Amino acid sequence: MLELKNVSFQVSEESKEKGILKDVSFTLEDNKFVAITGPNGGGKSTLAKIIAGIEKPTSGQILLDGEDITNLSITERAKRGISYAFQQPVRFKGVTVLDLIRLASGKNLSAAGACEYLSEVGLCAKDYINREVNASLSGGEIKRIEIATVMARGTKISVFDEPEAGIDLWSFQNLIQVFEKMHDRLHGSILIISHQERILKTADEIVVIADGQVTGYGKKEEILPTLLGEDSAAECKYWQKGEK
Amino acid sequence: MDAIQKQLLEAVAGFHEIPTGAYNIRANGQTAARQSSANIDIITKEDGTGIEIHIKPGTKKESVHIPVVLSQAGLTETVYNDFYIGDDADVTIIAGCGIHNGGSAASQHNGIHRFFIGKNARIKYVEKHYGSGDGSGERIMNPKTEIEIAEGGYMEMDTVQIKGVDSTVRETEAKLAEGAKIMVTERLMTHGHQTAESRFKVSMNGKNASANIVSRSVAKEESRQVFYSDLEGNAPCSGHTECDAIIVGNAKISSLPQVTANHPDAALIHEAAIGKIAGEQIVKLMTLGLTEAEAEEQIISGFLK
Repeated sequence: MLELKNVSFQVSEESKEKGILKDVSFTLEDNKFVAITGPNGGGKSTLAKIIAGIEKPTSGQILLDGEDITNLSITERAKRGISYAFQQPVRFKGVTVLDLIRLASGKNLSAAGACEYLSEVGLCAKDYINREVNASLSGGEIKRIEIATVMARGTKISVFDEPEAGIDLWSFQNLIQVFEKMHDRLHGSILIISHQERILKTADEIVVIADGQVTGYGKKEEILPTLLGEDSAAECKYWQKGEK
Repeated sequence: MDAIQKQLLEAVAGFHEIPTGAYNIRANGQTAARQSSANIDIITKEDGTGIEIHIKPGTKKESVHIPVVLSQAGLTETVYNDFYIGDDADVTIIAGCGIHNGGSAASQHNGIHRFFIGKNARIKYVEKHYGSGDGSGERIMNPKTEIEIAEGGYMEMDTVQIKGVDSTVRETEAKLAEGAKIMVTERLMTHGHQTAESRFKVSMNGKNASANIVSRSVAKEESRQVFYSDLEGNAPCSGHTECDAIIVGNAKISSLPQVTANHPDAALIHEAAIGKIAGEQIVKLMTLGLTEAEAEEQIISGFLK
């Protein structure tokens, strides 16, 4: 179980403190699938980075199965069972897809073993296994490889930051199935940041984050109708105020 | 040969004992073993300064090993080896130099290799350099490679210097006739106070000649590297040179690619990039459970693979 308690994150901007996250609290229970959604720039990706340990919160606590992991490094959190799929996956010259999946799995996986994960994300494994994770891969390909590395880790908490970004429509269907399968089979919890209704529909719970704060949190059945009925232009406070 | 020499041999040529096929093993300035084969003839030069390797036209799928090992401190040698590769041959040549210096005087090997590659011949040339020993004497290697490729010939050159060479000046010059092609991959790592200089000059003199020079290097600690690459297009041709380098610690790297088109249909590209390991690469591997040091090691070994 992952608990976030009153997590805040501030940055200094032009000598002013700016709050990216303000007092965010929610719980990701075991074997649950939670989706985080909300407008761009609302602090969702920052939240994912705070869970992975890439950013440290200004205040608040993060607990994993009751243990306070707020001050643990990225590596220590990874070893305790947190995985994180980047929104913009990192490219490496020389490191192959097989190398990366092996590192993720933490064992000397056979090529056939690594291929299973690639097939799961809809990549024909033999075309990819020996390719370098470099600029020659398309945005959609590298996103799927990123998801495969998280699957290969098989940890109790998996965090995905906008997995659908950069994936074409045709592959999107496949992606939904990947998460459905993970949800059914995996003994672990999934946290997905997404704007896609289809992904939100596969979640058990939805957390809405806007302007750094939790503005909605509850079961999918309760939250989804409130999101889908919104008129986005009417939501824009600057528009309403008539500001530029 | 003694244990140290055998160890060096394994590091540069990848074998424990005598290889099959043609070979010439040079240890501490002397020929330690030699064997010619039906199609590959190895002879000592008349003036005694090195060897000549003659590969008969049409020789296919054969290999030649010509490793050099130095385990005697203070030895300086210059060797001239010439390779004559017959038309239509397809062979692999594995050279390499290992220096073990346990003394205080510098050990130096200067290897001058000349390749005369026949029409439509294909060769793969692999060269590994390695240094060991904890003496204060420097381990110096200065390889020079001169290449002439006839019409339709092809050379793939793969050079590696990963460890233990204190000072190196590498020079490679190639002249390409019509339809000739050269592909070079250089991998280099320096550490401590080592210095490495690498110079490439390729002249594409014939129609449809092509060259691709790729250098990947890592400079650690206080080491210094300089990379020069000069492509000259004297005919309709295509050339590409690329230098990627990673800096770790206080190392310094210069990269000076140069392209010259002396013909309107010469298409030449150069690329050079130097920088530290990208922070996000380390972060990504840390999210997979690696420590920062392990992540750095993985990134470097992948980069130099």
